[in-house]
Amino acid sequence: MKATSEVLADRAADAVSFDVQAIREDFPILRQEVHGKPLIYLDNAATSQKPASVLEATTRYYSSDNSNIHRGVHVLSQRATEQYEEARVKSQRFINAAGSEEIIFTRGTTEAINLVANSFGRSRVAAGDEVLITTMEHHSNIVPWQILCEEKGARLRVAPINDEGELILEEFEKLLNERTRIVSLVHISNALGTINPLRRVIESAHRVGAAVMVDGAQAAPHTRINVQELDCDFYAFSGHKVYGPTGIGVLYGKARLLDAMPPYQGGGDMISSVTFEKTTYNTLPYKFEAGTPNIAGTIGLGAAIDYVNQLGLEKMAAHEHELLTYGAELLTGIPGLRLIGTAKEKAAVLSFVLEGVHPHDVGTILDREGIAIRTGHHCTMPLMDRFGIPATSRASLAFYNTKEEIDVLVAGIHKVKEVFSA
Amino acid sequence: MTDLQDLYQELILDHGRRPRNFRRLQDANRTAEGYNPLCGDKVKIFVQMDGDVVKDISFEGSGCAISTASASIMTETLKGKTRAEAEALFETFHDLVTGQKAKLDASDLGKLEVFSGVSEFPIRVKCATLSWHTLRSALNGNGEPVSTE
Repeated sequence: MKATSEVLADRAADAVSFDVQAIREDFPILRQEVHGKPLIYLDNAATSQKPASVLEATTRYYSSDNSNIHRGVHVLSQRATEQYEEARVKSQRFINAAGSEEIIFTRGTTEAINLVANSFGRSRVAAGDEVLITTMEHHSNIVPWQILCEEKGARLRVAPINDEGELILEEFEKLLNERTRIVSLVHISNALGTINPLRRVIESAHRVGAAVMVDGAQAAPHTRINVQELDCDFYAFSGHKVYGPTGIGVLYGKARLLDAMPPYQGGGDMISSVTFEKTTYNTLPYKFEAGTPNIAGTIGLGAAIDYVNQLGLEKMAAHEHELLTYGAELLTGIPGLRLIGTAKEKAAVLSFVLEGVHPHDVGTILDREGIAIRTGHHCTMPLMDRFGIPATSRASLAFYNTKEEIDVLVAGIHKVKEVFSA
Repeated sequence: MTDLQDLYQELILDHGRRPRNFRRLQDANRTAEGYNPLCGDKVKIFVQMDGDVVKDISFEGSGCAISTASASIMTETLKGKTRAEAEALFETFHDLVTGQKAKLDASDLGKLEVFSGVSEFPIRVKCATLSWHTLRSALNGNGEPVSTE
């Protein structure tokens, strides 16, 4: 434990560089009480809260610009189209894609992975081929590949992790071979916080000719993404985890690959001409955006990216890292508490089990203290099996959280132990 | 803290920590598995029916204090009861945990009454009823795994 003076000095230094209290004012939802206690929102890995600027952007669209995009000659449609396409350019810059046509809007990361599995996967994977994932994948990065492999008679292989929750690179590389068509893995684990060494993984995968899909749902809000530097073939993230609306996400794909891929869904906007005999598909990115999209959500995502850029992702990440270090130290000091996921490279996730108390009970008691955490398997059931546990309690942090909130979490865990005399 | 104390009553904590009839029943002639995908709770119920009467009943699995205690107290309560009595108890228990006090006839509930606090925590109703739903599947004999979703 740090001396109080050291802690205070840390806080003072923190306050100079990053004014959390002022930032919290941007988030209307945080100004409320739950069960008579101030809300402490520590479920950011499930979904993040939205700043007022995002809420205003979506409201403004509906109240003054609402119309369909890419088809009207009238002024409202032009305004809506402009804002929608601006969000695409913002997304492109956010992850440093080479071109805006490489940005496909989807409902979220899950749909993006399904798009790749269905379109790229079905055209590239044949009987006897292999798809390689890791033990720490979210169900959304397991099931689409299972469906694909089952359909094609291909084999789904799983690279193991160690007890700290880190990918075992040597084992991963041993599993790569000339039959590996696709490697799909998470950038930052939602259940453990582990940051995967993507550069090396991607290099190794490319050496055997496999394409790499990255699930970046947890990475987008916490780390700078540079898809060109990573050289990944596909990258996906969700708007709602990066302080934007739900129901909007981004699939990045290398233009060369997207161009060669068949459409995922058919409908309006994805065509250039239709007769009953033959349809010619639209160019990128529209080939993959059938139907009226989530226009308001897309504009909201654009506003969320603006917000993050304005605040500075590096500063946000530094504050989160400080909270993580502070929280990990305090939680580790609680007798009977075990952190699940102790990777050296780790983002702001504190997943834990408490001896003698089921996570569900932890969650209920903390909720009564105003603290929102996630309890359960976090859609990573095979990962829970790997650790031999049914579930964990997970506090996931964002830049608007404070050390004081972590102190309340720690007090809450002590209360749980009191109730259960654990 | 009051509603928390109502939820985590001493009897529930005790059965959650040291569940009774927590074993595989070798002579079971009815079994079923139940599962709560939301939190990962799993339960397997073993019943030995003698004609229409529950001669013995036990369970295995993993879950929170509420679901474990509910399964434990359910097995204690049902030994010697007929199938119809078990069904009726489930109905009453369900009314209790979902807060439908108007319909409630608590006279026969016995120990099960400690679950009355669950009604203040709607999200936990599934925890309390998982073992009962699983029992129903076992008694109906279809052996289909039960899911709360």
